[in-house]
Amino acid sequence: MSEYKIVTGNFASAYGARLARAEVVSAYPITPQTEVVEKISEFVADGDMDAEFVKVESEHSAMASCIAASATGARAYTATSAHGLALMHEMLMWAARARLPIVMTNVNRAMGPPWSVWADHLDTIAQKGSGMMQFFCENNQEVLDSILMAYKISEDEDIMLPSMVVEDAFILSHTREPVEIYDQELVDDFLPPLDMDQKVDIEDPKGFGSLVMPDWYMDFAKKLEEAMMEAKDKVKEVNKEFKETFGRDPGGLIEEYKTDGVDVLMITMGSISGTSKDVIDELRDEGHNIGLARLRTFRPFPKEEIRELTKDVNVVGILDRSYSFGRAGDAAREIKEAIYGYNSPLVKNYIVGLGGRDLTPEVLELIMEDSLELLDEDPDQDELDPEVEWVDLRIDRNKWRR
Amino acid sequence: MAEFPEKELMNSGHNACPGCGAAHAMRYMLKALGKNTTVNIPACCWAVIPGVYPSRNLEVPLLYTAFETTGASSSGIRAALKKRDDVDDAEVEVVGFAGDGGTADIGIQALSGAIERNTDTIQVMYDNEAYMNTGIQRSGVTPEGAWTTTTPVGSKGDWKKQPKKEMMEIVESHNVPYAATVNIAYPDSFVEKFKKAKEFSGPRFMHIYAPCPTGWRARPSDAVELGRLAHKSRFFPLFEIEHGKYNIYKEPKEDEVIPVKEYLKIQGRFRHLPEEMVEKIQKRVDTKWEQLKKKERFTQEELYE
Ligand SMILES: Cc1ncc(C[n+]2csc(CCOP(=O)(O)OP(=O)(O)O)c2C)c(N)n1
Ligand code: SF4
Repeated sequence: MSEYKIVTGNFASAYGARLARAEVVSAYPITPQTEVVEKISEFVADGDMDAEFVKVESEHSAMASCIAASATGARAYTATSAHGLALMHEMLMWAARARLPIVMTNVNRAMGPPWSVWADHLDTIAQKGSGMMQFFCENNQEVLDSILMAYKISEDEDIMLPSMVVEDAFILSHTREPVEIYDQELVDDFLPPLDMDQKVDIEDPKGFGSLVMPDWYMDFAKKLEEAMMEAKDKVKEVNKEFKETFGRDPGGLIEEYKTDGVDVLMITMGSISGTSKDVIDELRDEGHNIGLARLRTFRPFPKEEIRELTKDVNVVGILDRSYSFGRAGDAAREIKEAIYGYNSPLVKNYIVGLGGRDLTPEVLELIMEDSLELLDEDPDQDELDPEVEWVDLRIDRNKWRR
Repeated sequence: MAEFPEKELMNSGHNACPGCGAAHAMRYMLKALGKNTTVNIPACCWAVIPGVYPSRNLEVPLLYTAFETTGASSSGIRAALKKRDDVDDAEVEVVGFAGDGGTADIGIQALSGAIERNTDTIQVMYDNEAYMNTGIQRSGVTPEGAWTTTTPVGSKGDWKKQPKKEMMEIVESHNVPYAATVNIAYPDSFVEKFKKAKEFSGPRFMHIYAPCPTGWRARPSDAVELGRLAHKSRFFPLFEIEHGKYNIYKEPKEDEVIPVKEYLKIQGRFRHLPEEMVEKIQKRVDTKWEQLKKKERFTQEELYE
């Protein structure tokens, strides 16, 4: 029987791994992910989860042992955050290139120094070229749902790529929300056991990951990219199947919220999307023609969907909770690049909420009003760089308060 | 003496240099352990020796892994085998096979983690006393006095100043059930000790002395001789530790023992050493040997009787 529990994003992750029947879990604690590790330890200790929990001495080893376990045919899961993810970097690249369907939770947190344990997307965004798929979640239910979906997508024989399910530090990781914990049988039907034909096996000895000459490497890389492209359709397909099975739509590649025929389109990622939708409602009530798209799947990047969405839009305001130093926010840069040569709305990039800076409805409303004001300006049709504004810095607080 | 296993699980055709001790090491190890063995190998000479894609010269499953992950990778394989319905995991030996750098330097954290967690695995350090794959740089296990490309001697005598890191002691402090040193110059005892390791479960550690003619600036035809001289000079003593109990085996008789100088002098990597350094190395070897003898006596008699 499905049941509702009031749980944090971290517990939702742990329940996700349990419902997915992860067979090998290997993880190392870090704030704000710690409860995932603790909860899974409890599940295993109480016999509620039939998994081998390898209690490693670092995140690097966590992903390394997940890789070896996955290569040996087990469904593997790990969770981490920020510095832990950065320490894993080498192994994330490895997991993707080894084409292993590992699923992990990353709790988005800022990188130090200065030390910060609060929400910031740079840890995940910095891994965008790793070859892992990335699913940014808006709420705790979606965290659980995305883990189940991620396994299904990752383990598809045409995909075979690892996935990262992403939840914002504290805003999701430590906030309790009602989450439906699905009936195990229903999940088992949706997600059958992993069955890999190529694995470490004494009956069928093979080598995995040997040295290749330049004459080979590039072709393997291209195959990885083809799987990524294939994954776009797979995300949509699995999203549909998920909806049919569990009656809930996690959002596919990109979630559209009142986007029909809008003049101004706001684009968000992660937990700020919920509040942003409320603000959109208020502005629409005031007569503004504004809508919102939530970028859920950052890798593979849904460029065709974004082109379609921005076709008749005059202004696109993109909120990035991270910043790639020396350039811009990555969502904005990639969106602008996706539409360049197709559509020419005016694009503005708002850098928001780094290191957990609060994004109140008031600040969000001021951002959207700023975008609405751009409607009067000429679109900068030939300019690939988006205009970038850092929102709510201490030096210009007044601008972001009523 | 038990019969030497005939079955080869390492086929002919490999990418090692002539006289490579590490190549012998794998061959003898697989003879001892048999086909129900998985091998995970990090970056090291042995990441190249099995052959370049799509060739491979091992008849056991081989998982290549990142440089510092050997212990963690073995842990992952073991955990997954436990979940496999089609495998009796107790019948499979999971071997992490790494160089001295991959074991004692960059991989020491993963090794320590794996053996502390009581992982059922044999962790092997084939010791060629430097980072050979990247072209002979010092490791923590390079012996004092040695030339390497990062201890280039130069005009100031900048050879390796620090003594060899004692991995057997580090491993022993993790309370493993079995650890042993073996030498490729003695295939019989090599195979015997690996077979003995196989009888235990839990974390086991094997320190293989694997001469590297290329990196030691020695003649390939001297590889086995180097192993013998290292043993006879007590430079690399053969011993095992079973549940804390030390046992020196194949101990050279007093009248067979040769000066360390005999061992050093056929290697270009020690050519620069002044006489006082040779004496210093001899002294350290003597002291280490005394210590080992005392440990053996203490753990065999006083501690356990
Ligand atoms: C993280 C990382 N750092 C450095 C390297 C480069 N590297 C590859 S093998 C190697 C040395 C290996 O030395 P050792 O473990 O002693 O094995 P050997 O090559 O001597 O057999 C180094 C430094 C690497 N592959 N990965
Ligand atoms: S460099 Fe040394 S260890 Fe490496 S293959 Fe050559 S002889 Fe063997």
